[in-house]
Amino acid sequence: MNFSELFKQSNQLCKVSPDGKYLATCVQYRLVVRDVSTLQILHLYTCLDQVSHMEWSSDSLFILCAMYKRGLIQVWSLEQPDWHCKIDEGSIGLVSSRWSPDGRHILNTTEFHLRVTVWSLCTKAVSYMKYPKACQKGIDFSKDGGYMALAERRDCKDYVSIFVCEDWHLLRNFETETQDLSGLEWSPNGCVLAVWDSCLEYKVLLYSLDGRLLSTYSAYEWSLGVKCVSWSPSSQFLAIGSYDEKVRILNHITWGKIAQFEHPASIDNTKAEGNFVLSVPELPHPDEICAPPIQIPVVKPDPDRANPKIGVSVLAFSSDSRYLASRNDNMATAVWVWDMQKMSLEAVLEQTAAVRCFQWDPRHPRLALCTGNSKLYLWSPRGCVSVQVPAEGGFQVQSLSWHCSGDFLILLGKDQLCLCYMDAEQEENLTAYIVAKLHGVNELL
Amino acid sequence: WERGGRLRHPWVFFSNGENNEISRMSHVMMSPSRQSNLELAYSLSTYSVIGAFCTEDNVPQCLLHINQELASLGLPVCIEASSPEGANLNAVPVLNAVYELLQIHRRDMCTLEEMEKEQMKKSSSLDLIQMTNSRLKDQLELSIREKSGLYETERQLQLKLKTLQRCLKGEKDEVQKLQSIIASRASQYSHDAKRKEREAAKLKERLSQLLIDRKDKKLAIDVLNNLGRSDGKRSQWRTTKATASHEGEMYKFLLCDYEESQKSLVLENAELKKVLQQMKKEMMHILSPCQPSSRGATADEELAESDEDEKTRDSSRDTLDQSCEHAREQLTNSIRLQWRKLRNHVEKLDNQASQVLHQMESNKDMIPFETHQDEMERMRHEVQQCKEFIHAQQQLLQQQLSTSFDDETAALLYDCYTLEEKERLKEEWRLFEEQKRNFEKERRNFTEAAIRLGREKQAFEEDRAAWFKNHFLNMTPFTNRRRCSSSDGQSSLSIISEPEIRMSVKAHKAKASTYTTFSTPKSSRSTAAPSTTDLYRTLRLIPDCSSSMHSNQVWQESSTNGDEDIRIKSKSRGLHCSDLDIFALGEDDSLT
Repeated sequence: MNFSELFKQSNQLCKVSPDGKYLATCVQYRLVVRDVSTLQILHLYTCLDQVSHMEWSSDSLFILCAMYKRGLIQVWSLEQPDWHCKIDEGSIGLVSSRWSPDGRHILNTTEFHLRVTVWSLCTKAVSYMKYPKACQKGIDFSKDGGYMALAERRDCKDYVSIFVCEDWHLLRNFETETQDLSGLEWSPNGCVLAVWDSCLEYKVLLYSLDGRLLSTYSAYEWSLGVKCVSWSPSSQFLAIGSYDEKVRILNHITWGKIAQFEHPASIDNTKAEGNFVLSVPELPHPDEICAPPIQIPVVKPDPDRANPKIGVSVLAFSSDSRYLASRNDNMATAVWVWDMQKMSLEAVLEQTAAVRCFQWDPRHPRLALCTGNSKLYLWSPRGCVSVQVPAEGGFQVQSLSWHCSGDFLILLGKDQLCLCYMDAEQEENLTAYIVAKLHGVNELL
Repeated sequence: WERGGRLRHPWVFFSNGENNEISRMSHVMMSPSRQSNLELAYSLSTYSVIGAFCTEDNVPQCLLHINQELASLGLPVCIEASSPEGANLNAVPVLNAVYELLQIHRRDMCTLEEMEKEQMKKSSSLDLIQMTNSRLKDQLELSIREKSGLYETERQLQLKLKTLQRCLKGEKDEVQKLQSIIASRASQYSHDAKRKEREAAKLKERLSQLLIDRKDKKLAIDVLNNLGRSDGKRSQWRTTKATASHEGEMYKFLLCDYEESQKSLVLENAELKKVLQQMKKEMMHILSPCQPSSRGATADEELAESDEDEKTRDSSRDTLDQSCEHAREQLTNSIRLQWRKLRNHVEKLDNQASQVLHQMESNKDMIPFETHQDEMERMRHEVQQCKEFIHAQQQLLQQQLSTSFDDETAALLYDCYTLEEKERLKEEWRLFEEQKRNFEKERRNFTEAAIRLGREKQAFEEDRAAWFKNHFLNMTPFTNRRRCSSSDGQSSLSIISEPEIRMSVKAHKAKASTYTTFSTPKSSRSTAAPSTTDLYRTLRLIPDCSSSMHSNQVWQESSTNGDEDIRIKSKSRGLHCSDLDIFALGEDDSLT
């Protein structure tokens, strides 16, 4: 495993272009674009203010820099460094900005969610979408970029509008059977839209592209409900994490529950179903593998406060849909990995600090996670490993993201970043190391 | 004295006329302690004979009185005085009366005794009854107390129940109240939320209106030059045609997806069907050989099932490819049937296995303990043996050592040993002699029998020869002539079938003689005159070589009636004559 030198960044704004060739980072009001292979600076753009949001267009030709405080957006072109574009939302304000899937339109959400403005870079045309709902995830584009679903709120009722992204034609507008819609997400194949209610009610609705209600799922009543929802890349499963510390898996044929994953504080052999369960405490013995039974520290949430820190808040499927990683908020130090073939617990990655971020390798079933210290943790079905980032000055990994090829990771610190390369040879070594660790051999350390 | 008189004659008023005395007397008579009083009376009567009742003077009165008394007792005898002075009595009636009185007295005594016994019994049973009564009273009291306690607890419980019910009611009311509060709050909240939301919406509307009205100059896009579309096409006007195309595209997209999913489902279905088919086939394969075994239990049921199964199987095979609903149903049905059968079978096997396992477990529990015990025993035994061995060794060693010290004791010991040995030898010798004697006797018997047999055989041979001759002569053309001539020599063989009969008779005789006279068949072998096989053949025990085995068996079986010795020796029948000779020689040696 190799590490690059440290680069500066601010606001943790650092993104690799969708084609994987460029790395864009924001340093205060500057936008730096580097070649990923050489890390040479290719372009340097200067924005009008400190950038609060940065995003690559889908064709990797443009970069959007949003300065929410000033309600400003600047777009830069990689091909034509002289070309510039500035969008000013004016006094209405700006809270969110994003590219449309075609990379020629920008969608701005104004303050108070008054409207969504769609700016066209081709025709300078502007169009509005009224009554967008202020919620967890109110806008979602289908994966192929053909359609956009927008959550709306009118007359105390929830609606979903489906637009054709090509010309922003409103395809469908239908009322949803929700009390207070909280989010929506397209299935990866773009045919099913999952809509879920706010946490006050456990309700997940599945709509077809043409607005038909396919199915409704509710696990229980009278208790805090859905916390997060995630589709498997194969569109086969819909994982629903909820406040009752459980993950429920729905299938794509009957939309019924096929599995339920619990997050118990103590794990014994029967729950692991013959699989080994990994525990990765940082100290005193790094990456120690413990056999069950295992006790996981639980933080009791304050019942008097809103949004209690309990329940499954993060769910992530591996790229091959084989594994599901989850985090239960009252056990913030542990990441749970589930095997979707056996529908059983595969591993528990227990850290001494709360897990900040975890992400699956987009190519391999490999999970990277960080806990805000100077180490990077990797898990794969063969084992797990922790790597110290060899950087002086106390580089602490706050967040991480994989390159689309799965060849390297971008580790983001507070105001620095660093690339972590994992080549094939290293991979082999890692495997050997993992195997050695599994057999309790410490010499390779 | 006086008291004795009173006791003897309680009715007599003139000797002691006090009423109270009599009543006391009668009281005494009635009392349960009468026995002792009676005894007392008897003892007193001995010296009251002197007489206060009858004196010389009052004989007639006495007589009269006694007569009256007797009459009152129902005795017809009248005692009369033989003389008017009454000095002498007529002895016969008196004696009769006395006898009668004695009889009466005895009877009374008997009844008295019986009654006393009864009284005793009654009193004891009374005691018993009293005891049980008191016990029952105690019990009653106890149960009454218990009952009252229970009543008390019940009352308390009822009280508690009442309070609890009241509590429950209160709680229920509270719950209802709270629920209603919750409901009202929820409705209020939702109402408020809606109101607020409407207000917010209104405000938003107003805000956006204001912003639009202001014609915000800042709201602008500043692009250096317009970009081309990412797909290179020109943007299109919004027309109804475009809308329709969007719809169409959407449906196409959906359709594609559905088609794809359907295709995958069909594929999956086919795969599953294949698996199902294979499973079914294998099931049938598995089930067919084990059906006979399981048929015993549920024969009729299974028979019916198999018939049905056969039918569905065939039809499903035919129509499977059509993949229509009917076929599918049939397939699943047949699979279900097979599966049920398989399950039953497996369950049965499971039961058996569990039983076996259980047995094994129970055995397991037993065996180790036993083996452990055995092993322990064996070990102990071994240890004991070893100890003994060591002890003997030590003794021997000591002996050896001691012999070097004093030869005298050693010699003595040796003498002792030799004496013992000699005695044992003598005993054995005597035994041997006895055996020898027996043997000799048997041998003699046998020889005698053999000799007799030889003689008989000879006679038989002669007979046979005669018969043959006769037969031969009969066959010849000069039978008539020969018949008269032969009849004088062979008188008994005049009829053709006669020799056979005779032969069999002889054989029977011989057989019988062998069994009666010979104590052992073994001794028959040692005979010198006819060979053993001859003997047997003669005895018709071995008719031919081919069927010898059978006959041997017969012989053996028949001989099992004899003593043990015979049977054992019969097993070594295969011995050669030479062996026997040698044996006989040895015997002779030993005899000498």
